Amino acid sequence: MASIDLKRFHRAFFEESFEGLDIMEAGLLRLDPAQPDAETLNGIFRAAHSIKGGAGTFGFSGITDYTHVLEALLDEMRAGRRALNASDIDLLLRATDALRQLLVAARDEQPVDAALTEAVHAELTGCLHGEKAGAAAAPVAAKADAAEGWRMVFAPHAGLFMSGNDPLRILRELATLGDAKIDAVDAALPAFDALDPEQCCLSWKIDLRGAVSRDAIVDLFAWVEDECDLTIEALAAASVPASSVTPVAALPAAAPSKAATRPGADATSIRVSTSKIDAMIDLVGELVITQAMLQQQASHIDPAVAEALLQGLAQLDRHTRLLQEAVMSTRMLPVDAVFSRFPRVVHDLAGRLGKQVRLQTIGESTELDKSVIEKIADPLTHLVRNSLDHGIESEDARRAAGKDPAGTLTLRAAHQGGHIVIEVADDGAGLDRRRILAKAAERGLSCDASMTDSEVWQLIFAPGFSTAAQVTDVSGRGVGMDVVKRNIESLGGRVEIGSQTGRGTCVTIRLPLTLAIVDGMSVAVGNDVFILPLPAIIESLQPSADQVKRVAGQGQVARVRDEYVPLVALHDWFSLPARPRPVHEAILVIVEAEGHKLALQVDALVGQQQVVIKSLETHYKRVPGVSGATILGDGRVALIADVGEIVRLATRAAAA
Amino acid sequence: MEAASVHATPADTAEFLTFTLGGEEYGVDILKVQEIRGYDTVTRMPGAPDFMKGVINLRGTIVPVIDLRLKFGLGDANYDAFTVMVILNIGKRIVGMVVDSVSDVIELDPEEMRPAPEFGSSIDTRFITGLGTRDDRMLILLDIEKLLGSADIGLINAVVAQAA
Repeated sequence: MASIDLKRFHRAFFEESFEGLDIMEAGLLRLDPAQPDAETLNGIFRAAHSIKGGAGTFGFSGITDYTHVLEALLDEMRAGRRALNASDIDLLLRATDALRQLLVAARDEQPVDAALTEAVHAELTGCLHGEKAGAAAAPVAAKADAAEGWRMVFAPHAGLFMSGNDPLRILRELATLGDAKIDAVDAALPAFDALDPEQCCLSWKIDLRGAVSRDAIVDLFAWVEDECDLTIEALAAASVPASSVTPVAALPAAAPSKAATRPGADATSIRVSTSKIDAMIDLVGELVITQAMLQQQASHIDPAVAEALLQGLAQLDRHTRLLQEAVMSTRMLPVDAVFSRFPRVVHDLAGRLGKQVRLQTIGESTELDKSVIEKIADPLTHLVRNSLDHGIESEDARRAAGKDPAGTLTLRAAHQGGHIVIEVADDGAGLDRRRILAKAAERGLSCDASMTDSEVWQLIFAPGFSTAAQVTDVSGRGVGMDVVKRNIESLGGRVEIGSQTGRGTCVTIRLPLTLAIVDGMSVAVGNDVFILPLPAIIESLQPSADQVKRVAGQGQVARVRDEYVPLVALHDWFSLPARPRPVHEAILVIVEAEGHKLALQVDALVGQQQVVIKSLETHYKRVPGVSGATILGDGRVALIADVGEIVRLATRAAAA
Repeated sequence: MEAASVHATPADTAEFLTFTLGGEEYGVDILKVQEIRGYDTVTRMPGAPDFMKGVINLRGTIVPVIDLRLKFGLGDANYDAFTVMVILNIGKRIVGMVVDSVSDVIELDPEEMRPAPEFGSSIDTRFITGLGTRDDRMLILLDIEKLLGSADIGLINAVVAQAA
């Protein structure tokens, strides 16, 4: 065993390098060109430097050379020999993307996309040599522009429609650029009965003639770039020998999004299938229960006789609890894992749209089941794009309206009443009620002027709905909000829209906790134990007999400090056979959901604990008023009350 | 040989787990049985019919439990140290089934399985695939998918739909 398996070290190198790239990207986005923060610049430089060093050690000479130029440029900036401007930062960002591609290629042992990296390399070199900036890059562009036209092969991935993109619109838009000859390739089309209308099985060959710049084409495909295979080739390329630099170059812009999905995955070091983790969580749960049983048995033993045994049991207790906590935390990720991609999305998109946008994220550390995180990324991206494109106005419009010229986009995550709530809020123009109604009528949707605002907002979830006056390459293609809604609903969540004209729009996604851990109050009702999510509880109190009144036909109300709160006995709600105690011997738990308060009558408060939510639906079915179940310390199952639903149903019943 | 045509399962022998319900012997396809457990504390489900005893914690999974004696209206539904739960794994669903006792596993040849006779409308044979005979014993073979997929239980709609 003389030879050392270098592959092992490669793995660590790639992991570190991708982390370094993340640092560089985050630093670049934070960097203010006017007043570059020395520490941030140093951080970026250090990251580049260690990638270069590592690449040199392992003999990835392509990466070393490339990083060297990048590093040299950064060094000049760091030393203050070079003034920074916004286009430099863009260039550096593109350079990071290219570097990421190089690393990915090296890791997967795939051929490197030379044209792309060379172009950026040339630009970097140009930039480094000062006045020649752009000169090196220019020939590439010039050659490109000299072409008579372009030949494209556009092969969307099957899931293209899911992200709300419509190839037809792109093709139409493309045809406006020049004389386009479009051939559809239907080789991948399945037989009609096997056809899934939500999958895109077609691809297109497009010959576009005319003086069109490559950038114009690239822009058109910008929003599908990570969901398609696209090649752009200059027509008659063969006749222009110099253009051999650019043949079959992958779209440069394709790099960021493709790469952006990687870092989160790689930074976690190992990939374990979630089913393994679930099995582990279940087993640890069993271990805790077994341990509790042992403890109970041991309580009969005389401590004088078996001191060592009891000590061992106490240690076992501590360790199992720590183990349980550790295992639980493996399944949960902070929502930051998905939020962290948005600074880049917003940066790029705002630049493209010529708007100034500030992104604010709140509650990034809110923990959320990994599988949920994976599934909300696309809908959230869609909402963010929508907000930027339609919500936030142009700088001039904002000034005219007396607003801060820079718009604010807020992403907020929080646990709320047993749900995870994620808000995408902008301070833009808000939804246009009149236009939505007009459009809905035009599309033959059932609507009328007397609908409440929230009913009107719901209309935009209709398939194909778009009020955008003009279809842009960002959004407004009408395939969108319905997909967002469907995605969220498939997770068992809800989407709500709040909007005020001139003040902005706020889209709220409410997701149930599948495996999320919730702080709960266990309450006893007869012989049963229920869990009430702690966040929903305002207070609990022991009422005196005269605090509870029966209102004719409307059930009971409790007076809580000069406020009358409708009262629901959990016995009745869950139709338990228990003998309800007289109310002055019971406990009232005041809960609040969706702005309504409700007093829940229970027999006793048992205690407060963190519980793991287990799905009832896996093997049973949904039960009204129950959001899930959990396993108590003694191995029994306790139901978790869905306070939101109970409040909703109870107040509706009271109103009826 | 007519039994083979009635039975969805194969022409060759099949194994059945036999159990008793109110004095009668029943059989269920052994491949559907995951394990056998004693009866322990069950958490009631609000609004569920009485044969739906509730849910249990099966090593961290919440599994519903049905008392077949209540479902079929057979005998007394006593719960004592001998009451047994058969845990079934059907498709992706896991369901517990309370029975009086579990007897053994027997192998039946196709010719030992007969189609269920027509009882007219007085007796519901929807959930019976057939009757098995071995020596003097008569075994009622349950169609457990159909039973759990029936409207009032409604646990495995998806599975039944797939099979159909």
